[in-house]
Amino acid sequence: MKHARGRILPPMIAFVGFIATWQLIVWIGNYPPFILPGPFVVADRFVTGWLEGIFWSHLLTTISEIAVGFTVGAAAALPTGYVLARSRLADRVMSPYLVAAQAVPILALAPLIALWFGTGLLSRSIIVALVVFFPVAISVMIAIRGIDRRLLEMARSYRVTRRQRITLVEIPAALPGIVGGLRIGITLAVVGAIVAEWTGGEQGLGVLINLARGSLFDIPLLFATLTVIALLGIALYGSVLLVERQVAART
Amino acid sequence: MSDAPPPAPAVSGATPLEAPVPPDAATFAAPDACAIRLAGLQFAFPVDGQTVPVLGGIDLEVERRSVIALVGPNGCGKSTLLRVIAGLLPSAGGIVEVEGRPVSGPDARVGLVFQEPRLLPWRSAVANVAFPLEVAGLDRTAREARARDLLGLVGLRDWAGARPGELSGGMRQRLAIARALALEPSVLLLDEPFSALDALTRERFNVELLRLWERIGSTIVLVTHSIPEAVFLADRVIVLSPRPATVAADIVVELPRPRRMADLDAVILSRTAAEIRARLGGATDDAFAVATGEVGRHDEPDAVVA
Repeated sequence: MKHARGRILPPMIAFVGFIATWQLIVWIGNYPPFILPGPFVVADRFVTGWLEGIFWSHLLTTISEIAVGFTVGAAAALPTGYVLARSRLADRVMSPYLVAAQAVPILALAPLIALWFGTGLLSRSIIVALVVFFPVAISVMIAIRGIDRRLLEMARSYRVTRRQRITLVEIPAALPGIVGGLRIGITLAVVGAIVAEWTGGEQGLGVLINLARGSLFDIPLLFATLTVIALLGIALYGSVLLVERQVAART
Repeated sequence: MSDAPPPAPAVSGATPLEAPVPPDAATFAAPDACAIRLAGLQFAFPVDGQTVPVLGGIDLEVERRSVIALVGPNGCGKSTLLRVIAGLLPSAGGIVEVEGRPVSGPDARVGLVFQEPRLLPWRSAVANVAFPLEVAGLDRTAREARARDLLGLVGLRDWAGARPGELSGGMRQRLAIARALALEPSVLLLDEPFSALDALTRERFNVELLRLWERIGSTIVLVTHSIPEAVFLADRVIVLSPRPATVAADIVVELPRPRRMADLDAVILSRTAAEIRARLGGATDDAFAVATGEVGRHDEPDAVVA
């Protein structure tokens, strides 16, 4: 009991402190709700928003974009990172393009992709996949390169095939680094989806932000939407941690 | 001197672990072939486009079921020699044969124990020992059963589920030995396997290693920096010269088997150790001695008997 209280208490205190500071700033500055609504105003709008059914369809749209984009981006990044780590030629040929693509802000790229592929699930998933790809590929590359060469020599002395080397030694040895990349990737996927939704379209939490700020001019709704996005990020991050634990227990 | 065969090790018990020769080797190897035959064996490392000779023509024949210790100055190529015999490094000339057949690439007839245990930290003890069996394609139940037998052989039966991080340094090295025995190699190569252990544990492990050898009957080649250890364990002690390594001396240890802890104080042991020290003195890595060509010569015509 005491142990459980010790684990829950510090984050509770931090949360209460955060809410109190927020409310204090609103009181001291005497800001109107359309500039900075207080936490209780936002909480109220959050609840009424759910009751009115505003969030559901937007949230589902954003989740499906993240699901498709993250899966495709990470799935492409895993083998790419491996090849970059193991082939010096691939590293020399591909790395400049990867870095250049990463240096171009996704905010600048998103309208172009919307121009080519429309404003539907396809173009939004492509943007999410692009955002996820780079950090995952780089962390896979670093993790594979960091594997103890002595373990690989040990495996070679038992005549492992290339496939066995990858599945029995390299992937389990690199797993912590790979999962670290996936954790970064999933949080960036949320950012990518919101940015993609700003380029247009009817549905999505990013669209809802634009609506709340623009035609609806409902700033508490904007803050409530930000809360939904933050909770979504935490939930997705948590599910990556869960998958990580499952995989670690199996190997 | 070296053509005197060592006494056959006492075989005790009747576990399946006591048939160390793989079936294919038993079928195709000439019955009188020695366990290992090296002739004019050379090896060179490429460094900045040039090659640095490491092994300068090694001639050595190792009888079956004998224990050979390799001693020599630091960096003379002892570990390299083990890797060439294990097929992890390609020779640059000369002959490497195990059981009468040439070695080309990593070889199931040879088990190599590295200086560090090199265990897979995410695997349990039993799964680490089963690793070579998994690679060889055995099904789960077969490799599990065999791995547990091997754990018992090295005294780790009760630690099957432990991760390497939960074991002591000595236990980890025993685990590495069990893993090296998984494919029943006819030759076991040990690269300073106990160098990380304290002196008392090391003595105990040497006795354990001899008991293990008496049970499995493999040929053992051991690299060590300890002369008493070499003499206590080995039938022959091979002294290597500084790089490029050649056989500087080949000394037979006339200590009867089975050997026990008390034999560590035997007179013959210290006399043999003194002889090896004298030969090692000749095989110095002193730069002056190398420059004046004082090293690498065979002091005795019968030092190496082909």
